[in-house]
Amino acid sequence: MATSTYNLIASQTVGSGGASSVDFSSIPQTYTDLKLVMSVRCNNAAFYSKSEISFNGSTSNQTFRDLAGDGSSPSSSTASNFQFIGVGNNNTANIFSNTELYIPNYTSSNYKCASLETNDENNSTAAGAAYIEMQALLWSSTAAINEITITGITGNFVQYSTFYLYGIKNS
Amino acid sequence: MADVIEVNCTTNEVTIRPQTDEEIAAAEAAAAQAAADKAAADAAEKAKADAKAAAIAKLTALGLTADEVAALTA
Repeated sequence: MATSTYNLIASQTVGSGGASSVDFSSIPQTYTDLKLVMSVRCNNAAFYSKSEISFNGSTSNQTFRDLAGDGSSPSSSTASNFQFIGVGNNNTANIFSNTELYIPNYTSSNYKCASLETNDENNSTAAGAAYIEMQALLWSSTAAINEITITGITGNFVQYSTFYLYGIKNS
Repeated sequence: MADVIEVNCTTNEVTIRPQTDEEIAAAEAAAAQAAADKAAADAAEKAKADAKAAAIAKLTALGLTADEVAALTA
């Protein structure tokens, strides 16, 4: 029987009270890569929300390059702190972001690179309501990643926002 | 105030607790920084658009046709 190489480590769906953050701790160090699949919407009064990702309880030593577009003008930027655009509460009802974070070699003792992509498909023709973003992330730390925290910084995650953490082995 | 959801991936134990004052302060600081970053990016974008519009106006004043301006700015 073939060995499974793509396993769900843990998942969480936000309940009726909302959540300010979701934290995955004690991540097993037995996989090669991690993949975090998120579908988020925050309760801030805007088309978009912004959320932040931290590793091992820290947002230090983070830099990223970002390429984004909202349907009218593309943009690029370089910044610290891993932040991504999700759906805000002024967007189409019941729409959530499609966001994926991929972290290869998360147990490495070298600096960690990762990629993030988010697509806020929203079934709307309103100007500025759609958004797509791709990011190249660098965490300049030699520590193995054993904790990932996702925090809504413009608002809280609303009910039915989901977070799925997968572990991937190379054999 | 919304809760923090903590998932222990080894034991699958889920803990739901209120945000601490420190976490609230950190989130507020991050939100302020994000707003400042967006304002700076918006200002840079506007400055770029304004400069382009000014350049087009000067080219037009020099006598270039709309097609000629478009050829230069496309």
